Amino acid sequence: MSDIRPPQQPETENGEDGGGTEEEFSLARSNALIPLLIMSAVTVLAIVLVIVRAKPVIPPEGSVANKAFGPADFPLVFAKEEALAAPGEPTGSAPMVFPVPAPPFSEGIFPCMQCHEGIPPNPERRTLEAMHSDIVLHHDEEHRWCLDCHDTNNRDQLHLANGAPVPFTESYKLCGQCHGTQYRDWRSGIHGKRTGYWDGSKRYFLCVHCHNPHSPRFAALQPLPPPVRPQFLRPAAAAVAASGDASGARHEQEEGNGAQAR
Amino acid sequence: MVRRPADDTCSDAGGLDAEETPEGVSRRDFLTAIGLAAAGVLAGCSPEAREAFFRKHFRELSSSEVETRIANLRSDYVKRFGEDVTISATPARPGVVFGYALDLSRCIGCRRCVYACVKENNQSRDPQIQWIRVLEMEKEKGIDFETANPYYNPERVPDPDHFYVPVACQQCRTPQCTQVCPVGATWQEPDGIVVIDYDWCIGCRYCMAACPYGARHFNWGEPTLPQAEFNPNLHVLGNRPRPRGVVEKCTFCIQRTRAGRYPACVEICPVGARKFGNLIDPESEVSRILREKRVFVLKSELKTEPKFYYFYGV
Repeated sequence: MSDIRPPQQPETENGEDGGGTEEEFSLARSNALIPLLIMSAVTVLAIVLVIVRAKPVIPPEGSVANKAFGPADFPLVFAKEEALAAPGEPTGSAPMVFPVPAPPFSEGIFPCMQCHEGIPPNPERRTLEAMHSDIVLHHDEEHRWCLDCHDTNNRDQLHLANGAPVPFTESYKLCGQCHGTQYRDWRSGIHGKRTGYWDGSKRYFLCVHCHNPHSPRFAALQPLPPPVRPQFLRPAAAAVAASGDASGARHEQEEGNGAQAR
Repeated sequence: MVRRPADDTCSDAGGLDAEETPEGVSRRDFLTAIGLAAAGVLAGCSPEAREAFFRKHFRELSSSEVETRIANLRSDYVKRFGEDVTISATPARPGVVFGYALDLSRCIGCRRCVYACVKENNQSRDPQIQWIRVLEMEKEKGIDFETANPYYNPERVPDPDHFYVPVACQQCRTPQCTQVCPVGATWQEPDGIVVIDYDWCIGCRYCMAACPYGARHFNWGEPTLPQAEFNPNLHVLGNRPRPRGVVEKCTFCIQRTRAGRYPACVEICPVGARKFGNLIDPESEVSRILREKRVFVLKSELKTEPKFYYFYGV
């Protein structure tokens, strides 16, 4: 009998032998098990209770997390789209003709000669103080200055590096002097934006419609709201009440990104 | 049919006397009366209801039947959304296979495309359905769907540590969704657009399980679409308002592209990252991109062969 006892528990039967040891041994073992059993039962019970009694995290009514936004919440975004995308009927596209919308001048700034007519040109490089102080050149400003692109004598046009004049509507030629790969991609429609007809007349956007020429890095935008998480998707009615909150209003203010002062 | 005597063995089914009712109406007369009544009801009801009752699969319709269906749909939409409704069933143009390319180096994740798509395609506003899902991914990890986050909402995008992958229907050349459809309600058109006949869809959602891109969406509830935001330029297989219980998906704006226009997402994109055109025309923008840039498709190992390409234009 004794030789079937597990040898790894000698401390419970130290100095004991005979028939009583069997009962004592099993009793001791169960004594050790009871707290373990109780602890595991309590743990399981606690886990079950947590699972059963947990309340789902429901964001407050009308918060961005469970509000289903639609295009009507951002009228300015889509008003702008409709104003720009107005191409004619589909026609055969003539190569190398780039129909572009008007360059995005600041309000009332063009034609430039209405002010510059009587002002003698000052070709000296300097900080502009009297006028155009809102323009901060952030476009290789170390090497360049206004009159490297704007024509000295006729402010209504630009000029290339070789001095050839370029109207504002063909400013892509000026940009293409340095950004040759982008110019090549733009001409074939890979870079830049076009609207209209995929098989016909297109409206090309000038470089300056997206890039401010004085600070060409594309400015960051506020994203439109994320989709509603599936657990918060509710049938109509309930969500209709929550609308026109702060998020929609924020978008209306910041949609001037593409048309800042140039 | 040979008339059998009343004590025939067929009367033992449930103990019913199938031949002679107590009033003395024979089975033949009874069935004839039922048939005549049904025919009378069908003859008396509106042509719309008759068309719906004997509805055929869209691809089996003759051109006059297509016109009938369009007229029926139009009268329904005019009641709901006002007079200004045009529904077309423009077929695919020969020699055209549509392709799409998206410049991941330009996309800033602003979600303008998502809402332009909702507006153009009359998706349900609430419960919300959006065909485009913009995934935010970490630049360190690259394209990794496990850690992609569609719910990002910072103050400004793009975030310098992330890039953005808009995902809609990839318009596969070997679409799995059309193969699993038990009723053939979804198929690939000759110009490559995978479309759904909303009248034929039974809402089993097998296609949603089969799509590896999560591009198909189910109308769990009755779609809500305010009358003021309704886009009245409709296509039968595209953006017409859907009923509850059917699946819907991106159709490359079939109502616009079959009329020669760019899709709505191309026209709204503020950074010009989205390119669309005819893959067969070697001079189209998409063909040029396939020639000149390095393109890839999502989950190419699945052999779905999408016509939606991603590229880095820098």
